[in-house]
Amino acid sequence: MKNEDLQSIINGFSDNLEFSTEASEFLNVVVPKEQLHNICNQLKSNSSLKFDYAFCITGMDWGKDLGVIYHLESTELKHQIVVKVMVDDRENPVLDSVHDIWQTAEFHELEVYDFFGIKFNKHPKLRRLFLTPDWDGFPLRKDYVDEANMIVK
Amino acid sequence: MGVEKKRFLNQLEAEGLKQVVPDDFPGKVIPGGNGGNIVVTTLDSVINWGRSNSLWPLYFGTSCCAIEMMQTGAPKHDFSRFGFEVARPSARQADLIIIAGTIVNKMGPVLRRLYDQMAEPKYVIAMGACAISGGPFYYNSYSVIKGADHVIPVDVYVPGCPPRPEALLEGMIMLQQKIKTENMKHKVNPIDGFDEGKV
Repeated sequence: MKNEDLQSIINGFSDNLEFSTEASEFLNVVVPKEQLHNICNQLKSNSSLKFDYAFCITGMDWGKDLGVIYHLESTELKHQIVVKVMVDDRENPVLDSVHDIWQTAEFHELEVYDFFGIKFNKHPKLRRLFLTPDWDGFPLRKDYVDEANMIVK
Repeated sequence: MGVEKKRFLNQLEAEGLKQVVPDDFPGKVIPGGNGGNIVVTTLDSVINWGRSNSLWPLYFGTSCCAIEMMQTGAPKHDFSRFGFEVARPSARQADLIIIAGTIVNKMGPVLRRLYDQMAEPKYVIAMGACAISGGPFYYNSYSVIKGADHVIPVDVYVPGCPPRPEALLEGMIMLQQKIKTENMKHKVNPIDGFDEGKV
């Protein structure tokens, strides 16, 4: 399915969606964080979308906002989409977990939590995955400070 | 019956044949008469000669330099020609470790353990920018060790990103030259005092 067709279907899900294809081969959808779980559910269950595979889930630090980027694919209908969600609270960023929609998200969300400190509601067990359990801070954030190993530019 | 005639060098030369002693053998072979020969050398030079020409490297590829290291062992460049023979997957069977790649904080203790498991005398080559200084990509990171010489003592540094096989071969031959200068009487173990900051 073409990006324009995807956009016209997804546009019906909610009023607050922003679409863009700039600098990307995929259709980018920015979703308000309150609607993330609902929209993701519809992306999977809609019979003409069928996004059944989350092939990449990435944490992101835009400097001011933190966020998560979901790359989704339909293995049956062979189309892809990028869903972005942002959260502006750097102290206590919380998003809804999508592990009940795509189970692979369980580990991806652990990684995002590990490096960006974004917490996920209803995640089965949020914990440090790659770093040690007593690690202080979230190293892939732009404002992470490590005086021993990193040079401040 | 008896010993084969051609074993004795002085007789070989008398018959106009060539010496079978390798050119780089560290010592002299003197005809002793009656078919015998006398070898004159020092223990140091003959031991170093043997050691430097049968180094067995350990596979330790942590990133892209490993591909270049494999290429150095493959037929085109073939480090066996210089006595590096077979690369070993076990530290117990190796006496040279070629650090081919980035060392991260999690890998540091593993590298140190492998080094400790190797039998002495043991040698280390740091291959590529990551193993020398943390590398051109990840140097400003919370996770990367800024050079393998923070973990174990390094004998030879081979710069490059990654170095070509010729460069690694050059480094390996330099290591052989270093081994040939060793002295049993004044042998220094490079790990002694390393943790206290001695270079």
